[in-house]
Amino acid sequence: MTDLVNLKITEALDLLNKGEISSEDLTRAHIEEMAKGRVLNAFITETPELALAQAKESDERRKSGKIGLLEGIPIANKDLYCTKGIRTTAASKILSNFVPPYESTVSQKLKDAGTVMLGKLNTDQFAMGGSTITSYFGATKNPWNLDLVPGGSSGGSAAAVAAGLCMGATGSDTGGSIRQPASFCGVTGIKPTYGRCSRYGIIAFASSLDQAGPMTRSVKDCALMLNAMAGYDAKDSTVANVPVPDFTAALTGDIRGKKIGIPKEYRPDGLNADVAAIWDKGIQYLKDAGAEIVDISLPHTKYALPVYYIVACAEASSNLSRYDGVRYTTRVEGNSLDELYENTRTDGFGDEVVRRILLGTFVLSAGFYDAYYTRAQRVRRLIYNDFIEAFKNVDAILVPAAPTPALTEKALKEMRPVDVYLGDVFTTPASLAGVPAISLPVGLSQNGLPIGLQIIGKHFDENTVFQVAEVLEAQANFDQTPKRVKG
Amino acid sequence: MALNQETIKNLSSLSRLRLPAEREAKILGDLQSILDWVEQLKEVNIDGVEPLVSVTEGTAPMREDVVTDGGLQTELMANAPEQVQGFYVVPKVVE
Repeated sequence: MTDLVNLKITEALDLLNKGEISSEDLTRAHIEEMAKGRVLNAFITETPELALAQAKESDERRKSGKIGLLEGIPIANKDLYCTKGIRTTAASKILSNFVPPYESTVSQKLKDAGTVMLGKLNTDQFAMGGSTITSYFGATKNPWNLDLVPGGSSGGSAAAVAAGLCMGATGSDTGGSIRQPASFCGVTGIKPTYGRCSRYGIIAFASSLDQAGPMTRSVKDCALMLNAMAGYDAKDSTVANVPVPDFTAALTGDIRGKKIGIPKEYRPDGLNADVAAIWDKGIQYLKDAGAEIVDISLPHTKYALPVYYIVACAEASSNLSRYDGVRYTTRVEGNSLDELYENTRTDGFGDEVVRRILLGTFVLSAGFYDAYYTRAQRVRRLIYNDFIEAFKNVDAILVPAAPTPALTEKALKEMRPVDVYLGDVFTTPASLAGVPAISLPVGLSQNGLPIGLQIIGKHFDENTVFQVAEVLEAQANFDQTPKRVKG
Repeated sequence: MALNQETIKNLSSLSRLRLPAEREAKILGDLQSILDWVEQLKEVNIDGVEPLVSVTEGTAPMREDVVTDGGLQTELMANAPEQVQGFYVVPKVVE
């Protein structure tokens, strides 16, 4: 039989539809693989019994002919998605015992589509980081090389998909948390338009930026999974009440005449040579496929990072104020209520989370609010306007996903926080503008590490993003077969 | 903007965090370097530019004013570290 854990979602659905395999077969194969892959520490919580029960239910549904969009496909959720009755930690100590009494809209939609859940995936604590080393449950390893980080914050998702521990995974992206780990691990992930997916039940980091998205091993799988995740939800007032097209229908394979923008600001002096080479290759691939390459400018690009860190930390400091030692399981006693708050929060939050809460509190505090927070929001509008202007002349934009291939845990730990933040330089602009952006692997560095490129599109035009991405994927012919890790 | 130990103490207090002295010193250095780096935003001309609060600007959607859920006290209280008869318990706040 085919090696079930090497299949793409589309291939598995084909075999399931033909009756050649059952969801139980597929799920058992992935449960075994998940156990073999424990050295990666990609999962915080494994749910094999639940997965098998869901797989059996799926096989029953299939017999009755009532099948969902992803019927029988084993996936896993980033541990930021609340799952009813299943521990949801945000990779933090403070939520290490939290069992949500409700289900996030996106994970519910994936259940309704017939998926099987293998477990909850590791992330940077409260999704704050680009390495998955800030997790209270230990760092996740990159399946390409165990000394390297998988990126983050959706590093558990990227590593699990890259290693074949699940067929697809949910991630979340605030400033690049889907796209950068996708690049580091050689998989495909999209941050859809802000407002495309409901944020209900996803533990909040920065509410004006957080967006759910899928991570998979092909562009078509990604489009298919987003079909199941997207759509209006009365429980999140920022979800757009617009129709969700069938994203797979956009994959025509033909991008002749499409205008692809190449912004000069993404090629700073000293850009990593491997990244620059892969970007050039990507430009050539699209040109070969008949696209028209257009030089463009996004003049405020260099300000995206500082704007991002001000806005995201401000929103985080507010969002994380709810963890008070009263409502969410963890408590460190104190003699007064304030002491209880302080003891619980000091014990429960890791260093990076504390840094961001304090920075956010500073930029929102009296006397500094206008100079930092309001100024950042005003520059954010200029960044947003840059994209609106650029999209008057181009259909999509092609840029690198990250400034380097994956780094070592050791190197990251020796860096200053502000230097670590520079890793988000190519992903934060699209986050601030709210436009959709996919990251897909296009080639390898000289040292054999995957490097991804981003295709950025207009608001709610994921169709063009997927269409261009699929052509680039075909041209690049990058091997996304799972990287087996010997445990 | 130069931060000092006092600023960090004040921010910690506002954030309901209590940092030990050595952690405070490390955080002070980290925050100072981040603030020095965001100073570059001062060179951007923002005259006449409105703040962008959310990319989905517009009116909040309205729905019928009807009860859509409720009766979940037991489920919601299940995560309370301490509770008595459906109430959260905290240290005494009123003398």
